[in-house]
Amino acid sequence: MVAVAALLAVTLLGAIATFLVDDRYAAKFATAVSTIPLVGSVWMYYVYLTEYQGVGNALLSPDTVAFRQTIDWIELGGYTIQYSVGLDGVSMPLLALTGILTTLALVSSWTPIDERQSQFYGLMLLMEVSLIGVFSALDFFFWFVFWEGVLIPMYLLIGVWGGPRRKYAAIKFFVYTNVASLVMFVGFFTLVFSLGDSIATLGLPEITQALVAGEMGSLAGIAVADLKLLAFVLMFVGFAVKVPVFPLHTWLPDAHVEAPTPVSVMLAGVLLKMGTYALLRFNFTMLSDVATGSVLAIMPVAIAVIGVFSVIYGALLALAQRDLKRIVAYSSISSMGYVILGLVAFTPHGMGGATFQMISHGLISGLMFMAVGVIYNETHTRMVGDMSGLADRMPWTVGIFVSAAFGYMGLPLMSGFAAEVFIFLGSFGATDTLGTLAPVLTSIAMFGIVIVAGYLLWAMQRTLFGGYELETDYELDGAAFHDVAPLAVLLLLVILLGVAPDLSYGMIQEAVNPILEIGGGV
Amino acid sequence: MVQLPTWTALSPTLLLGLTAIVLLLVDSIDPDSSNNELLAGVAGLGSIAAAATSVWFIVAGTGLPAENGELISLFDDQLVVDQMALFFSFLVASVLTLVVVASYDYMADKARQAKYYSLTVMAATGMSLLGSANGLAVAFVALELASLPSYALVAILKTNKGSVEAALKYFLVGALSSGVFLYGISLVYGATGSLQFDAVAAALTDGVPAGILGIGVLMIVGGVAFKTASVPFHFWAPEAYEGAPAPISAFLSSASKAAGFVLAFRVFATALMGDAVLAVVDWVLVFQVLAIVTMFVGNFAAATQENVKRMLAYSSVGHAGYVLIGLAALTGGSSDAYVLGSGMMHLLVYGFMNTGAFLFIALVEYWDIGRTFEDYNGLATQAPLACAAMTVFLFSLAGLPIGGGFFSKFNLLMATVRSGTWFLGAALIVNSALSLYYYTRVVKAMWIEEPASGLEIERYPIGLYTAVLVAALVTVLLLPGFDAVSQTAETAASLL
Repeated sequence: MVAVAALLAVTLLGAIATFLVDDRYAAKFATAVSTIPLVGSVWMYYVYLTEYQGVGNALLSPDTVAFRQTIDWIELGGYTIQYSVGLDGVSMPLLALTGILTTLALVSSWTPIDERQSQFYGLMLLMEVSLIGVFSALDFFFWFVFWEGVLIPMYLLIGVWGGPRRKYAAIKFFVYTNVASLVMFVGFFTLVFSLGDSIATLGLPEITQALVAGEMGSLAGIAVADLKLLAFVLMFVGFAVKVPVFPLHTWLPDAHVEAPTPVSVMLAGVLLKMGTYALLRFNFTMLSDVATGSVLAIMPVAIAVIGVFSVIYGALLALAQRDLKRIVAYSSISSMGYVILGLVAFTPHGMGGATFQMISHGLISGLMFMAVGVIYNETHTRMVGDMSGLADRMPWTVGIFVSAAFGYMGLPLMSGFAAEVFIFLGSFGATDTLGTLAPVLTSIAMFGIVIVAGYLLWAMQRTLFGGYELETDYELDGAAFHDVAPLAVLLLLVILLGVAPDLSYGMIQEAVNPILEIGGGV
Repeated sequence: MVQLPTWTALSPTLLLGLTAIVLLLVDSIDPDSSNNELLAGVAGLGSIAAAATSVWFIVAGTGLPAENGELISLFDDQLVVDQMALFFSFLVASVLTLVVVASYDYMADKARQAKYYSLTVMAATGMSLLGSANGLAVAFVALELASLPSYALVAILKTNKGSVEAALKYFLVGALSSGVFLYGISLVYGATGSLQFDAVAAALTDGVPAGILGIGVLMIVGGVAFKTASVPFHFWAPEAYEGAPAPISAFLSSASKAAGFVLAFRVFATALMGDAVLAVVDWVLVFQVLAIVTMFVGNFAAATQENVKRMLAYSSVGHAGYVLIGLAALTGGSSDAYVLGSGMMHLLVYGFMNTGAFLFIALVEYWDIGRTFEDYNGLATQAPLACAAMTVFLFSLAGLPIGGGFFSKFNLLMATVRSGTWFLGAALIVNSALSLYYYTRVVKAMWIEEPASGLEIERYPIGLYTAVLVAALVTVLLLPGFDAVSQTAETAASLL
């Protein structure tokens, strides 16, 4: 199947073409281009739903997964590097999320982006190419090329089109994530080297299977168990920066606040998921024995504590903010903490819920950032104290904003509710990995929702309701149709997944259950 | 099919030599010629022909052993044409092509153009010949043929004081290290009674006079260190690269460095390999120390620069340290061919990305914008295409997977792992991470900083643009097409 290759090639060509298009037409042109990967990924999603039920996990049964293609690429240092792609129930929804959010983010750029447009839209599409690659590649090097390929467009998007402190934010983002990549790289190659001659390619499935088969040997006098632990910790730290979890999160608020709205949407909606996706693939699949504590017993609890702490800490930080965008940014840290908790629970609902939360949070946080962006476009302020009573002036935007916020708080029949219920179900009973602490940690994490409700209700009440007041010199009238339309689409998707979570949850379960079997969690 | 005479195997080098002579002829007929089209055209055609011939020969397997296991060797084994010689002929000729194309604009209104082109091609001839040299005497002659024109080229802009001073420094250090190198050769000759590499290797048995040989080998290391701009003879490099016209900086830091390394690869892997030598002086250990020190000196110095050209000059020293891994990880096991091959791959990729980066500097000098990071502010608003190319060069130099530099650095890392020299790999990783910092500063200046008021570019020189964009394209294409390079390099290295 050449579907993924076609997706990559068309998007890449579109990105290059966008760079050459005149500024006046770049926005519409790029949006038109982005509908190709959008339609393509949604079509693939549909094909997956209808034809690829029960194909399992991409790393554990690579030959059966969807849209699989392998071509030998390069001989490198004794390993064959392959063009190797394939989609399973974890990556398929994330790929569709990428397609959907990119197009919507491009539409939401029409209003705020008014300079160097062809470069902006070209970079956005270039980033989409890399994101498609990250979620579909099954060879380490092929994957790594895309993994790093996301950083450069992101760095420039924040650095060129960002707010007043954009230079600082861009450099901080770039340094944090690059150092993290390096740490992860070292950790991964600790595994590769210790596998010695038992692997001939750097295909992620092959490495996973060699690890599961216990092919690891000691390296430079270090025992296998210690090597595994070392690799696990290095990779965890590397990916945790991307997620981000406490205490590696400090780049995120800066990046979000300075980034223009569409870039924030991509950052929160998809880029953060790269971290949790990689955690799931590398740490929790390849090294599931370390993750479940069979090498170091304290490991799962330690990770769960980090996750729960991120939930509460992120929520408390959000509570202290005055800037709407910062509120949403910090609450992302909180939401991603749930993903960590779900993953480390290592139960069907925990892991499935964590993956579902990636999709759900991708939609909801994208929606929230877009809504804040629309408000900012009109009011030119994001400060809670500078405005009130917007509901009268921009009813549609406010209506969607309120709905999204309730989605964030976990209102039933919206996707956030399903995701969090799955995670809590999974982690509450995760006595195999978290022992007696499982219910305790879960209860603490649940308290995070209360705080979320607290700050969102407070912020909405101050800004959206009450008498109209605006402390900037702009006349406020409703937002343009093309600003509100992406919000409505996202809201519908959030509700759709909330009403029918099985649209994604079924395929997710089929992809994560095999992991639990090899890790002994089922 | 007609069997070509054996000497034609040397065609790439001969073509370069012929081109140099034609240019010299033009110079003697019309010494003040400023017929840029003719000069750059001749030089460009000659270098493209040389590069194309090298590729043809590599693909045709000219440098592979014949059925009787013999490589093509000429002049009583003083010259050898194997895949490595062709690999480096290609490298030198491609860099020369880029430099010549860029010089078409850069030298347009300068004096002594005919001399400039003929000296450049002459130096390239020497570098290409160095790749074929199979004896110490020939190697020295080729080395001087490459060096002497280089000294003059650095000072070709006679009225520029910085240029002249840099050239003087370059010349003095060069003369000293040539002397050291020559003295080393004579000591090795004294110990072995031979100059030809294989004969030297054969003569190196347990009975060799240890003291003479040891000092000789160390002195040869010194000569190599100068030519490759490695510690301890690196300090000419920043001055010379900064003072020289930027295309010449590109030429010296890419082609000349590669020539120095091919000399080192041949001398050490062919002539001086073996327990008898290593028991006297462990040059592998010496190179290990030099590699690590060179990496750190180059990268730390680069990180503190305010001048972009000087930063690139120091980063060039750092990259010499990376390539030195190709010698420092020769621990005698089965990994040796791979180790050497990795060094060669990095040199080739470096040849394109570093030449491109210096040619971008040439472009900026052409626009007369200034040399510091600040002067580059907002350049992308005026010249986005060239700045995108520069971004590719810089990130590829840093080892991000946007160009061939990623794979060549990874190969070096794998080489250290396979040969068990972990500490070299660790130094490589640390330094690559550090280098990202100062390369990013340029990217940040170009794309993110606000342009200074009045920054306006009116001319977009076609030659410089072509050279920069072609270099960028090759750098990017080396990522998917790295297999061709790595296979050739490994085969070439395994023949030594």
